[in-house]
Amino acid sequence: MNVTRRKFIQITGASAAGLAVSSLGFDLTPIKSHAQMLKTKYAKETTTICCYCAVGCGAIVHTSKKGDGRVINIEGDPDHVISRGSLCSKGASLSQLTENDNRLLEPMHRAPYSKKWEKVSWDWALTEIAKRVKKTRDASFEHKNAKGQVVNRTTAIVSVGSAAMDNEECWIYQAMVRALGLVYVEHQARI
Amino acid sequence: MTNHWIDIGNSDCILIMGSNAAENHPISFKYVQIAQAKGAKLISVDPRFTRTSSKADFYTALRSGTDIAFLGGMIKYILDKKLYNKEYVANYTNAPFVVEKAFKFSNGVFSGYDAKNRKYNKSKWAFNMDSKGIPKMDRSLKNSRCVLQLLKKHFSRYNTKLVSKITGTPEADLVEVYKTYAATGARGKAGTIMYAMGWTQHTVGVQNIRTMAMIQLLLGNMGVAGGGVNALRGESNVQGSTDHCLLWHIWPGYLKTPRASNVSLAAYNKKWTPKSNDPLSANWWQNYPKYSVSLLKSFFGEKATKANGFGYDWLPKVDDGTDYSWLTLFDEVYKGTVKGLFAWGMNPACSGANSNKVRKGMENLDWMVNVNIFDNETGSFWKGPGMNASTIKTEVFMLPACVSVEKEGSITNSGRWMQWRYQGPKPLGNSLSDGDIIMELGLKLKEVYKEGGAFPEPILNLKWDYMTDGLYDPHKVAKEINGYFTRDVKVKGKLCKKGTLVPSFGWLQADGSTSSANWLYCHSYTEKGNMSARRSKVDAPNNIGLYPNFAWCWPVNRRIIYNRASVDLKGQPWDKKDWVVRFAGKVKNGKYVSKKWIGDVPDGGWYPQENPDGTKRKDAKYAFIMRKHGHAQIFGPGRADGPFPEHYEPLECPIEKNLMGKQRMSPVAPVYGTDADAYATCDPRFPFVCSTYRVSEHWQSGLMTRPQPWLLELQPQVFVEMSKELAKLKGIKNAERVMVSSARGSLECTAIVTKRFKPFKIAGKTVHQVGVPWNFGWRWPETGTEESANLLTPSTGDPNTRIPESKAFMVNVTKK
Repeated sequence: MNVTRRKFIQITGASAAGLAVSSLGFDLTPIKSHAQMLKTKYAKETTTICCYCAVGCGAIVHTSKKGDGRVINIEGDPDHVISRGSLCSKGASLSQLTENDNRLLEPMHRAPYSKKWEKVSWDWALTEIAKRVKKTRDASFEHKNAKGQVVNRTTAIVSVGSAAMDNEECWIYQAMVRALGLVYVEHQARI
Repeated sequence: MTNHWIDIGNSDCILIMGSNAAENHPISFKYVQIAQAKGAKLISVDPRFTRTSSKADFYTALRSGTDIAFLGGMIKYILDKKLYNKEYVANYTNAPFVVEKAFKFSNGVFSGYDAKNRKYNKSKWAFNMDSKGIPKMDRSLKNSRCVLQLLKKHFSRYNTKLVSKITGTPEADLVEVYKTYAATGARGKAGTIMYAMGWTQHTVGVQNIRTMAMIQLLLGNMGVAGGGVNALRGESNVQGSTDHCLLWHIWPGYLKTPRASNVSLAAYNKKWTPKSNDPLSANWWQNYPKYSVSLLKSFFGEKATKANGFGYDWLPKVDDGTDYSWLTLFDEVYKGTVKGLFAWGMNPACSGANSNKVRKGMENLDWMVNVNIFDNETGSFWKGPGMNASTIKTEVFMLPACVSVEKEGSITNSGRWMQWRYQGPKPLGNSLSDGDIIMELGLKLKEVYKEGGAFPEPILNLKWDYMTDGLYDPHKVAKEINGYFTRDVKVKGKLCKKGTLVPSFGWLQADGSTSSANWLYCHSYTEKGNMSARRSKVDAPNNIGLYPNFAWCWPVNRRIIYNRASVDLKGQPWDKKDWVVRFAGKVKNGKYVSKKWIGDVPDGGWYPQENPDGTKRKDAKYAFIMRKHGHAQIFGPGRADGPFPEHYEPLECPIEKNLMGKQRMSPVAPVYGTDADAYATCDPRFPFVCSTYRVSEHWQSGLMTRPQPWLLELQPQVFVEMSKELAKLKGIKNAERVMVSSARGSLECTAIVTKRFKPFKIAGKTVHQVGVPWNFGWRWPETGTEESANLLTPSTGDPNTRIPESKAFMVNVTKK
């Protein structure tokens, strides 16, 4: 069966599920090649490593170059020497992690005793956080411990996280919290 | 992992115990099956018959928390039947070291135990030293005080009959596992272990792993292809975040967090730099000051000078002998001494043991900063189950992070491979990369401290030039992590120009002429470029799947660590087919006359210990270069809970007595004392053993999978899995909602009644075990009915690491 562009639109519009189970009983090859052509024609291709477990499987991300600039598809990377194109159920759902209506898209603030979140700007949020950190740190800073040894720290601010960050982010994060004098610095590796 | 994922395919026998790789690391199974196709045996040992078990050549069950008894029996089997690799054990491990008479084991505890403070005095476990300060060794292994003889004595109690009574594993099954695995002690054979949180999350977690590491050493399986001790790490960059030390006790590159008693940089370096008097020991950590000073140069840049101790005083010190780990951190939060909490890319309200305590503690905070991709149970704790928002003072800032494909940077997998990722789409909405959030927050903090405040120096002097055109630049940080020459300097006879990247950690200096934010990663981003971005599919000449030019791995791109133990004393591989490295120097009159190793990057490029004619060389080094004495440690005098492993029951267990000895539980496991820290052992209210685990379709606390429709549809509910026998006993039907409760909390679960759990016979008594996945929480799905299994788990853990005991505790299951 020869599927023309027009026919393709009719089929996909009418019955996407039918295509998935191939119940129409026709050869899918022309449609597949057409779909691939679409992907490469209008998409930027980048490689990534799956963000779930630590096998480190490779994936290919196709991002629209036109319109919304969002992810069209994420699939296993056949040139990755560990995963050779395979992904598990989580890795195969990577595009749904990215293009997800439940994502947080704005900084939010919950005031003391409030029952709701309020949307705030990045600048306001980070300015206010810096003020809170300074207030707590200045009030709790210990130059010396009970034995009189120099310790230059605060135990009133603590940090947990994160193995979800990239290496470079982990490094600057630990540098920032250690420069603040935090000693309670922990993350996923402890649990 | 000492080895890496592809290398599992080289194994002759794979033991999967303490993990469920088929479900939790699914793609790793590609290599398990490749090995099986070549004739390797797969052994699965798990309290529950898992998908891993379904692919195994042999499966058997054990009761949660009895792994040391199980593996201790294997040590006895190997020693009794002399199945160990004697040449390897005598030359590469501390089996020949002679131990001082003060070391003893009686009444279930080692010598030096201080019952009042629940601590050991480890000086009782010292080695006998000669006049030069080198450990006395008996390479014949006959000395009655040598480690091998003490090991034999220690494990003589671990006979299969007793082990079976403790573990619930039939004796015949024990023997089958021992026999199959111990066969890898033959020359040229390799056995490997794949473990995960099933081993770490116990009050004896470290000793679980040590027992297996000792087996691997006895069988000569360390350093070889298809061998090693392989921790299957659970998060895409938990290896990297550990290497960069987002942990209280270590600084980047596994340097020590300074103690208050380390009063200056000189005192710090002196304290933590090990000294060996043995010319044959490389004692690699003797380079410690080069790494610590280079790290300080990365922290503070030009502000770090020799005159100010490179800024050492600016960084915080911890009190000696004090713990600051997760369980203690949240104990302090609960007690109200903590005012501010950063929960960055983490969900402690679901992932922390004894989550009710964690959640309740959050009410005591003044403020919390919660950075995540989705709203979670942590940021929204004030509207969670049982909370009354109008009485909770905690101010919460919830910041939207972008997902990994929306930013650029590297992550390090379980096999230590650092791999670079690229940006696909831009961050969605107003979300930002963690890097941008951290950089911006750092700038704000510098701004508020310009006006003064407590000890502003470290904040103001922190080197913070990692932006390009106003945005976070991961390449700039990656280069800083590798390190620079900070001035023109001559190293190894070569002039190194200021501002150029250091080629590898062998070039780092202790005088401030180099920076390196993490010495282990020095070699990852050099003048040759970004090594982690490499994509070559060409294998190394030994053809064992090293792929040396695909990505990069630490240290110095060595794909299998301890690889000099893969060869005999003459530098020739035990395994002629799947060899890792081999010495290929020129030979003249029976002596090596030139240095050349081929294969993987060797673990140090020195000459082998012996010439081809069997004469000893004085310019050689022992195989285990990271150990002070150059030998792998079968006797481990540095651990908090003893130099040998010993079976102890979990803090909460179903039997009153430890059948192995007089001490029931680990004598040094931490316990906490708030009203939220209830423990119940041998308590008729909580008669069943419980373990937490994960499902393939969700990940960790589930926050990055539960908000996804496909994955939630595949696994929509938290469940409790139980045997048909237990279901019958309790009158519970499959798919019915039931309550699971422990001394600390309870949750509603869907009952899944399967044949995968079977009741155990423990000391003549029937013991049931159940399991609950910990991937759930009330925020997603939005029904709010699916909760975290960590509401049940106890706040206790391993005495070395304080990783919580989430894999063995006691619960009840009741009809709703």
